[in-house]
Amino acid sequence: MYEKDGTSYYIVDGHVHFWNAAADNRNRFGEGFIECFYGYHSSLSPEEWLWSKDKFDRYTEQDMIHDLFEVGYADKAIFQPTYLKDFFPGGFNTIEQNAEIAARHPDRFVVNGAFDPRDGELGLRRLEEDHRRHGIKGVKLYTAEWKGSSRGYKLSDAWALRYLEKCQELGITNIHVHKGPTIWPLDRDAFDVKDIDVAATEFPGLNFIVEHCGLPRLDDFCWIATQEPNVLGGLAVAIPFIHSRPRYFAKVIGELLFWLGEDRITFASDYAIWQPKWLVEKFVDFQIPEDMQGEYGQLTTDIKRKILGLNAARLYDLKVPDELRAVGDGSGTVASPEAAVGPA
Amino acid sequence: MSPARTLVMDVTADVWTALGTVRDPELDRPITDLKFVSEVSTEDGHVRVRLRLPTYFCAPNFAYLMVDDARRAIAGLPGVTGVEVVLEDHFASDEINHGVAAGEGFEAAFDGLAAGELGGLRRVFLRKGYVAAQERMCAGLADPDVRLGDVPDSPAKEAFLLRRAELGLDCAPDSYVLADPDGEHVPAGRATRYLRFARTVRISMESNEEYCRGLLRTRYEEKP
Repeated sequence: MYEKDGTSYYIVDGHVHFWNAAADNRNRFGEGFIECFYGYHSSLSPEEWLWSKDKFDRYTEQDMIHDLFEVGYADKAIFQPTYLKDFFPGGFNTIEQNAEIAARHPDRFVVNGAFDPRDGELGLRRLEEDHRRHGIKGVKLYTAEWKGSSRGYKLSDAWALRYLEKCQELGITNIHVHKGPTIWPLDRDAFDVKDIDVAATEFPGLNFIVEHCGLPRLDDFCWIATQEPNVLGGLAVAIPFIHSRPRYFAKVIGELLFWLGEDRITFASDYAIWQPKWLVEKFVDFQIPEDMQGEYGQLTTDIKRKILGLNAARLYDLKVPDELRAVGDGSGTVASPEAAVGPA
Repeated sequence: MSPARTLVMDVTADVWTALGTVRDPELDRPITDLKFVSEVSTEDGHVRVRLRLPTYFCAPNFAYLMVDDARRAIAGLPGVTGVEVVLEDHFASDEINHGVAAGEGFEAAFDGLAAGELGGLRRVFLRKGYVAAQERMCAGLADPDVRLGDVPDSPAKEAFLLRRAELGLDCAPDSYVLADPDGEHVPAGRATRYLRFARTVRISMESNEEYCRGLLRTRYEEKP
């Protein structure tokens, strides 16, 4: 929980990692990948929050608990596993590892799963197993993940739709989609979000949380989100602009509020790329600059409460103390968990 | 200054000018302005250009287009006898550099990973760039039925006309300013909504550009 000027906020960090990018767990692509992450970290973090590259490669569990819950304000943090085994042979961060950490810190984490449609039947069984063992309510998908000679997949692929059908059947209602720079075929725009449109239409009982709000395709993302009520935007990567490029952040959040409304945007730090403490503090203090308010209006306390935690709490059925709720909270049009477990 | 020295300087200056016409297709900005060109060197008519990008994992298709466009822009210059454009520090540097030098196209450079050339991708982003430039020019436009000839000259109009011509659309003075990327006139009833979304396209591209500039700066100029 975060409190400022007498107002309290329930905080859900929608996207956190405990990764292993140490030198003994990466090849040259893994090295390039974590360098790239470190570039994001260095480029947009306030100076006092900069880590050394060594720490960034492999921080400790204690670092994470400290940053998210002790100095940070998260009531809950959602683990989004990312395997990337073609880059990090032992996995970048896996569901098994995340579940172990979650078990050591009860009531702190939501453990999400992951799937890769290229794993075929075997992967479907593993998804069932992950659901049975960890009770997952969400999965993180990275469409640019390399697998042998493959450079990625689309959510509209036949096998991806089969996996989504399985998610619907099991009640795994939250599909976090992360786009990246590669996909098959390579001549297409890998960041294109139109495949999410197809999947969202096909599965109205599932929520599709598009990480980075579709950045660098904010326009395409907003376009599909206006047509698909079960598409949401995760603020990871967009929200750090709040420090170094506040006017750009105002435009991005303004556009998201214009097209999606306040019930379909969720806060996320993408820890450890960014530290949630400063993101939460700056977001609560943030206001649309006066000269832009004619276009975008203002960020009210209720809007901030919804984005910082209430929207994600709705998706994951988290108990929010009554005094931390917002007016009209829960009135959003996203699919409820119940909707997905009805008759197949 | 000796005549030979003047010639070398002219070629180098011409190369920079030519590179200034090459745009990052995704950001719709010149690669020189984005600081993607790290070095130009010339020796006896042989030009060598080094390119760099904001991250190791920038999308390989856009990277290929920039390297290929740079090579083409320089190849036709007077006094140039050979061109070598090298993309550095990228996961697909080898495929891209060899592919562009061999001139066999993207599909051959990424054997088995691509299903065609990059014309379609380029056009998608040309359309976005057109819409963004249109919105920039139309800011505060009172009459949605205004014609090109009615708009006073400005850098914004020039940028818009360039993209309009690249899409092969009508650039005659009596053609409507509000034509969509297919060349269809956007009627007054739809103009507000059209321009509202155009604004989102522009903001998406601009924030993407801010991101890329910041990452490039961190990667090459202010290494932590």
